[in-house]
Amino acid sequence: MLYSKKVLKHFQNPHNQGVIKDADAVGEAGNLKCGDIMKIYLKIKKQENKKTKKQENVIKDIKFETLGCAAAIAVSSALTDMVKGMTLDEAMGLTKDKIVEELDGLPPIKIHCSMLGLEALRKAISEYKG
Amino acid sequence: MNKIYLDYSATTPMDKRVLSAMMPYFKDKFGNPSSIHGFGQEAIAGVDKAREQVAEFLNCDPGEVIFTSGATEADNLAIKGVIKALKSDGVKKPHIITSSIEHPAVLEPCRELEKEGVEVTYLPVNSSGVVDVDKFKESIKENTVLVSVMYVNSEVGSIQPIREIGKIINKLNERKLKDWKNAKPAIRGDKPLPVYFHVDATQAVNFLNCDVRRNYVDLLSMSGHKIYGPKGVGVLYVKSGTPIKPLQLGGRQENNLRSGTYNVPGIAGLGRAVELLDEKAVENNNRKIAGLRDMLISGIMENIPDVVLNTDAKNAVPSHANFSFLGVEGESILISLDLEGIAVSTGSACASGKLDPSHVLLAMGIKPEAAHSSVRFSLGKTTTEREIKKTVKVLPPIIKKLREMSPM
Repeated sequence: MLYSKKVLKHFQNPHNQGVIKDADAVGEAGNLKCGDIMKIYLKIKKQENKKTKKQENVIKDIKFETLGCAAAIAVSSALTDMVKGMTLDEAMGLTKDKIVEELDGLPPIKIHCSMLGLEALRKAISEYKG
Repeated sequence: MNKIYLDYSATTPMDKRVLSAMMPYFKDKFGNPSSIHGFGQEAIAGVDKAREQVAEFLNCDPGEVIFTSGATEADNLAIKGVIKALKSDGVKKPHIITSSIEHPAVLEPCRELEKEGVEVTYLPVNSSGVVDVDKFKESIKENTVLVSVMYVNSEVGSIQPIREIGKIINKLNERKLKDWKNAKPAIRGDKPLPVYFHVDATQAVNFLNCDVRRNYVDLLSMSGHKIYGPKGVGVLYVKSGTPIKPLQLGGRQENNLRSGTYNVPGIAGLGRAVELLDEKAVENNNRKIAGLRDMLISGIMENIPDVVLNTDAKNAVPSHANFSFLGVEGESILISLDLEGIAVSTGSACASGKLDPSHVLLAMGIKPEAAHSSVRFSLGKTTTEREIKKTVKVLPPIIKKLREMSPM
């Protein structure tokens, strides 16, 4: 099993790691028994879309906390980078394939880890939308 | 970066004396040991020498040593081979007793046999990872034909009471035979089948007495690469008279128990590796390794909070120290240490591609979340004090950093 250089880079120096105390939404996925838990904190702001002139919900800030393997931590880091600045609808459309691509690939048995990160993100967004 | 290897339980670096013993058999003495001409004779001399070296170590006859491709093949041959022979002798419903902490090379053949109608009992272990002898006694049934218990567990290093189990089996077999002889001819029936005892000694050979007579063992598996020898070669000791059938057919090598052209350099290397394990060397290594292991244990326990030692050092080989770093996932510790040049292993599911963490730690009653946090350090004869000191220095900030990332 080999991790890409990008995975190791994210793992060693993860981006957006931490807590947002006054988060607008929080999502958590995984459980202790399976060994992986991911928590995503979102700060959301309403903002006008310059083209459509419509009000949109945009992810202004995002932080994560992860208990998990190197892949889980790298996925959390990459995923939070990717969705920062996206609208909630855009973030909902993020796929695991895109995250894997962003990380220059993941060992096949590790792909499920990335799903947990996405699951936490989607839970946070759904919670916000109500 | 100077790399530090603390995964001797996975495999060991080859001793250069072993390599020298192997070298002639790659090119100069390349003959096929099964050939009758001079080239073949040169090669068979190498195989015979190794067979004697192994026989000396195990205190058995050279003819009882079967060379295989490794301990996995030896385990498969022992378990499936004995059951195959007994079934062909008319045993309808054989019963095997094994432990819940065996290597997959024992557990998987047992599970396969279960599907074919063989009964299997998986003995529990206590919190030190040791099989309970009383539970073993209780599990013996009328149809028990084979007991397979490992000598040393690879994950925590716990030593199993092999000699005690062997003695119990030996007594039972003697009693069965005596009862049969004393029974009146009218009710005597068929001669009772003895219970055979297989020991996977792969992790024990470096440290413990593997005398098969002293330990009342009928079949014993071992491997070359765990004892500073080559990979791809192992041994199954089969006590003369034990019913066993081959799993691999072909050129009838090894008394037709293991067909296939001899791995001559590997066999020569294994023989030399075993020869290097004389009493004095073992004693010296054990003392040195235990000292370093204790240094590692106290260094970790004193410098890192919330650590559980899963290895019961009093009841384990000197090489092993398995810890759970609570609240941190084992694979992320492994990768962090690897990035610092330190090689270890983990019982976390994340490192194995399965969903469940180590079956050994779970069998010891360790909670899944603690099993996911486990890291095994295994030391060897080339481990140095400097390496242990470096590891004890590097580890605390890694654990701290990973704990800070966790939502728990």
